[in-house]
Amino acid sequence: MKDKLIYFLELTGFNWFIPLVRLTAGESPKHQLQALVKMVGVPLFAIAVFLFLWHLGAAKVITSLGQVPGPVQVWEQVTVLADEHQASREREEAFYDRQEQRNAAKLEKNPDAEVTIRSYTGKETFFDQILTSLFTVFVGFLLATVIAVPIGIMAGLSDTLYSALNPLIQIFKPVSPLAWLPIVTMVVSALYVTDNPVFEKSFITSALTVTLCSLWPTLINTAVGVSSIDKDLINVARVLRLNYFTTVVKVVIPASIPMIFTGLRISLGIGWMVLIAAEMLAQNPGLGKFVWDEFQNGSSSSLSRIMVAVLTIGIIGFILDRITLSFQKFFSYDKNAVIR
Amino acid sequence: MDKYLNIDHVSIDFPTPDGPFRALDNVNLKIEKGEFVSVIGHSGCGKSTVMNIVGGLYKATEGGVVLEGREVDEPGPDRAIVFQNHSLFPWLSCYQNVELAVKSVFGASRSRQQIREWVEHNLELVHMTHAMHKMPSEISGGMKQRVGIARALSMEPKVLLMDEPFGALDALTRAHLQDSLMEIQADLNNTVIMITHDVDEAVLLSDKIVMMTNGPAATIGEVMEVKLPRPRKRLDLADDRDYNHYRSEVIHFLHQRHARKVA
Repeated sequence: MKDKLIYFLELTGFNWFIPLVRLTAGESPKHQLQALVKMVGVPLFAIAVFLFLWHLGAAKVITSLGQVPGPVQVWEQVTVLADEHQASREREEAFYDRQEQRNAAKLEKNPDAEVTIRSYTGKETFFDQILTSLFTVFVGFLLATVIAVPIGIMAGLSDTLYSALNPLIQIFKPVSPLAWLPIVTMVVSALYVTDNPVFEKSFITSALTVTLCSLWPTLINTAVGVSSIDKDLINVARVLRLNYFTTVVKVVIPASIPMIFTGLRISLGIGWMVLIAAEMLAQNPGLGKFVWDEFQNGSSSSLSRIMVAVLTIGIIGFILDRITLSFQKFFSYDKNAVIR
Repeated sequence: MDKYLNIDHVSIDFPTPDGPFRALDNVNLKIEKGEFVSVIGHSGCGKSTVMNIVGGLYKATEGGVVLEGREVDEPGPDRAIVFQNHSLFPWLSCYQNVELAVKSVFGASRSRQQIREWVEHNLELVHMTHAMHKMPSEISGGMKQRVGIARALSMEPKVLLMDEPFGALDALTRAHLQDSLMEIQADLNNTVIMITHDVDEAVLLSDKIVMMTNGPAATIGEVMEVKLPRPRKRLDLADDRDYNHYRSEVIHFLHQRHARKVA
């Protein structure tokens, strides 16, 4: 039980809790406390120092929007944003209640009356925007994975294809999302023409920009991972006369999983960074738009609210990385490899 | 012509920036069914290249390999290979490693039950049933090589190819595995080509020792029949006159007639 729990915590990246588990299982308290101080105490102390320096430094800079916010002002805005979210949800509920009553009354008078159901059109709250951003990056990243992994595998298996693709990869890899965005916007506008779109254009533009920028690390890592598989393992597959597809599924992919996931982690990190920039310009209602709107709004609380977004972006990026890391550990055959 | 395995005037060139490099020149060897043949020579003389050509991993530039009247031109399970570094798939357990081979060779013709029994039977041959559900990273080098041999045997090869199978093991483990291999060979009477650089190993195990000259353009220098009675016991042979005679023949070949100029 204890070992299973510890394995699960390691897998999910919650190493902080391991000393606590060991402590409750009655393992030498002194060692566990030392581990706890090292794992939890040191980072907490560093964060405290950072907050303190931030507090001191921020007070010294005055901008046209007032003083640069310190930790206290930023925390205030966290509660304000949460309250706004709460209030908006209540308004939304009230709106639907009213609509339902109105429609019920209408039907009572005349059962054949046409009832229209309108959806609530209030402004998205900060938390709605977080969800939009997560969904957008997920779609863009998924598309990038679906493109990059198969091409990477084929390029890794064929030297010719690799030499053909390599210059293209090297040229497109360093391109900034801001350079892609106008082109993507125009292409999406030209090609995505429907009367009732399922997705907003701004969403598709942002997601595609994420795809274009997060494709490359996965592609390169997959190709390198596949081409560096032990040749004898490939020879075993040849002796067994496995066909191309079976060889890929049974030998190539399991052997290069660690490298593929390293690529995916980098890709997701880049995708998340790119998304914020893309949303600013494409006006996709996510965190990027939030930052941009607050900047344009320019009230005395704007900088604090942007700072909340900055920290949110950071924390979510960290969580996303941890999740992919857990997947990587789970799928890798070498459970003892140290992955950071 | 009517031998079981016929390596017929095989030469191979490898492309280099300075033109083709002739690694093997006119290698000619006939092997009978059930024979255990060792190929010995200094490192870099192309022993492994011979095996890779028989295995179908390399294509001969001139000449060819004929097995039971059919020319060999690609790898296949009828010429199973035991690699020097075991080459087990690290993400599969020992059982699954053998199972993958059995399924790809006999998957169509045998039932699930038969496949399981055959996998277990082969693991039993190499005395690995006790650890068959362990991962390769959890077992020792010698045990990994045992599983590698079980995997090759499970394909029921017409010729078993072994590329310095015990080269990466310590002396004691190597001796254990050689004994196991002799036991298995007494049972199954496979046709085996083993690449080795170990003189004792060659004399102990083989019916025939093929001695290769040094490269470039390496070829067969001498072929010696080893007519020691089987079963052979390591201890009895240590002081055996014939055994030591064969041994010194090979050593003379390697270190006198074909000594490497620069070691």
